[in-house]
Amino acid sequence: MSAAAPTIAPVIAPIVALVGNPNCGKTALFNALTGSRQKVANYPGVTVEKKIGRLTTPAGRALLIVDLPGTYSLRARSPDEEITRDAVLGRLGGDVSPDLIVCVADASNLRLALRLALELKRVGRPVMLSLNMMDIARKRGIEIDAARLSRDLGLPVVSSVAVRRGGTDDLLREIDGALANLPPVGAASWSVPDAGELRGAQHEADRLLAASVRRDGERDAGTARADSVLLHPVAGLVILLAILFVMFQAVFAWARPAMEAIAEGFSWLGTLVGSAPLPDLLKSFLKDGLIAGVGSVIVFLPQIVILFFFILVLEDLGYMARAAFLMDRIMGGAGLHGRAFIPLLSSFACAIPGIMSTRVIDDRRDRLTTILVAPLMTCSARIPVYTLIIGAFIPDRDVWGFVGLQGLVMFSLYAAGIAGALGVSFVLKRLIWRHAAGEPFMLELPDYKIPQVKSLAIGLWTRATIFLKRAGTTILSMMILIWVLASFPQPPEGATEPAISYSLAAMIGSAIQPITEPLGFNWQINVALIPGMAAREVAVGALGTIYAIDGGEGAAEKIGQIVAGQWSLGTALALLAWYVFAPQCASTLAVIRRETGSWKWMWVTFFYMLALAYVAALATYQIARALGAG
Amino acid sequence: MGFRGRIRALAVERAGTGLPGPELERRLIELGFVEGADVELLHQGLFGSDPIAVRVAHATIALRRREAMAILVTDEVPA
Repeated sequence: MSAAAPTIAPVIAPIVALVGNPNCGKTALFNALTGSRQKVANYPGVTVEKKIGRLTTPAGRALLIVDLPGTYSLRARSPDEEITRDAVLGRLGGDVSPDLIVCVADASNLRLALRLALELKRVGRPVMLSLNMMDIARKRGIEIDAARLSRDLGLPVVSSVAVRRGGTDDLLREIDGALANLPPVGAASWSVPDAGELRGAQHEADRLLAASVRRDGERDAGTARADSVLLHPVAGLVILLAILFVMFQAVFAWARPAMEAIAEGFSWLGTLVGSAPLPDLLKSFLKDGLIAGVGSVIVFLPQIVILFFFILVLEDLGYMARAAFLMDRIMGGAGLHGRAFIPLLSSFACAIPGIMSTRVIDDRRDRLTTILVAPLMTCSARIPVYTLIIGAFIPDRDVWGFVGLQGLVMFSLYAAGIAGALGVSFVLKRLIWRHAAGEPFMLELPDYKIPQVKSLAIGLWTRATIFLKRAGTTILSMMILIWVLASFPQPPEGATEPAISYSLAAMIGSAIQPITEPLGFNWQINVALIPGMAAREVAVGALGTIYAIDGGEGAAEKIGQIVAGQWSLGTALALLAWYVFAPQCASTLAVIRRETGSWKWMWVTFFYMLALAYVAALATYQIARALGAG
Repeated sequence: MGFRGRIRALAVERAGTGLPGPELERRLIELGFVEGADVELLHQGLFGSDPIAVRVAHATIALRRREAMAILVTDEVPA
């Protein structure tokens, strides 16, 4: 009416929800539509990611696009699928229901998607069907009569190619048209379908499919050929192991230069602050608390990026479901899901990316089990502690003529971690969650697809920012707390002992002495364990501080010599046993808190690990003492 | 391996699964296992030939044998 009209009271942007089966290319479509104008948050109280993007249509309409977790039905079976159901039905607290639902379907695999579309018709919102990956379908000789399908289905049908420029033009035009004349909100007639209704809907979908889709070939020839090797009972496992070997080689080797550069950068920053004309306390806070604390976390960023690069490539390729297929039987014996394999293996590098990657597990209980046991996998931060103690106490000789004793001890520490993880998951599944319905292993093996660079880049960027945000908040505050414990109160004038001996950490160390006495720990070990909470390997440096050893060249060796003189073999072995199980990593606990969305599971992890560590160290020390090594 | 057939019925009481029968039935239908659909056994695991990968209509589904026991198939080779 007037030229000023558009500037008054901006209308709330309409919301378009993307709903579809897993692997239908929904996320690729979401990325194509929104590019970098998207953000990932968590739905309140649950670990499900909420992906929202902003876009402006060719007609100039601003709208919000929500990428909902993939599902086969609104009959939610997992927390992810509950989110999809509640979002579609407008039941999510604080969120309005979508103005338009776009049912995204893989054009070459329409059968299950059509049943979902029939179900979506009943929620009382406008729905349109987007036939995604039309290019692949066409190439495979699949002809879809979209006009006929639209008429039979009673929904607008539009085709899209997420990965090609201009591939979403038709879809955007159709969305524009639909939003231009939105019908009044209809009554939802959706109710939880029983088996009979689902069966009827699938038969209906099969009829629609027969009427408007003509297929030449049966299976995708490339996928069939690849699977004959990749899913071969023997060759498939060998290839999976080879892929994993390359992956972990990469996580350790490729990440090293970047990690060293980051570590050097932070240590340079620390030195810079150290030489600045500042009060000592402030200097110590900046250098030992802030810079060292943040540095010790950010140093893992290269490993996380590389690990997630592999995970995202394998996931986009369609291989992840196959890895789960190959490992299901082996993992199943311990009550773990086939998909837990990759996260647990990743935890050998660091439990943080391992726990973050449990998102590939759909079922909440399976995921929790995996998160709870992941910190028992021997991470790389335990290695410096193991090396120090083994080097100091275990004689460098061969047993049975060819096996090095030191290597054997190292191996048994890894084995103890794995056995602990399997044991805990077994107990959780068979004893604690016994009465819960056993989650069956059932998943679709999608056709292989070439991963898209853009999707990979967005995925990596999302993971990296989530990690960095956490390093900047939760982890940083824990690091500062640990610094406070190790620095206050300050040593008195003319103090002869190292500063940490006068601190709260030392007081705690002496206070818990009666508790750790049966483990053979002295107060110096107790004190070192406190800064060791920041990162396991920090305990080595802390021992150096307590025994007043200057840093620099050969420091670790000198620490080894001193502890070899002061501790008994029993004490050393008990400390090793402690380190296998103890929750000695504040960052991991913080990640568990975030990934499970609750403090409860963080404390559950903390206390069960603490109990395991105590029992293991107690048994080790007492047995060693009985054998005369106390 | 390579067995082909057509689904005759779902008999969930035959499956040795932790899920209640009606729930298993719904999940099988949601993955496309309905009466009249053509199936073909494509792959099986190394240990106990479990799990298995089944072609059902135009999709490939992986599942364990104990759940697959619920899917009754006629061994007529579909035309």
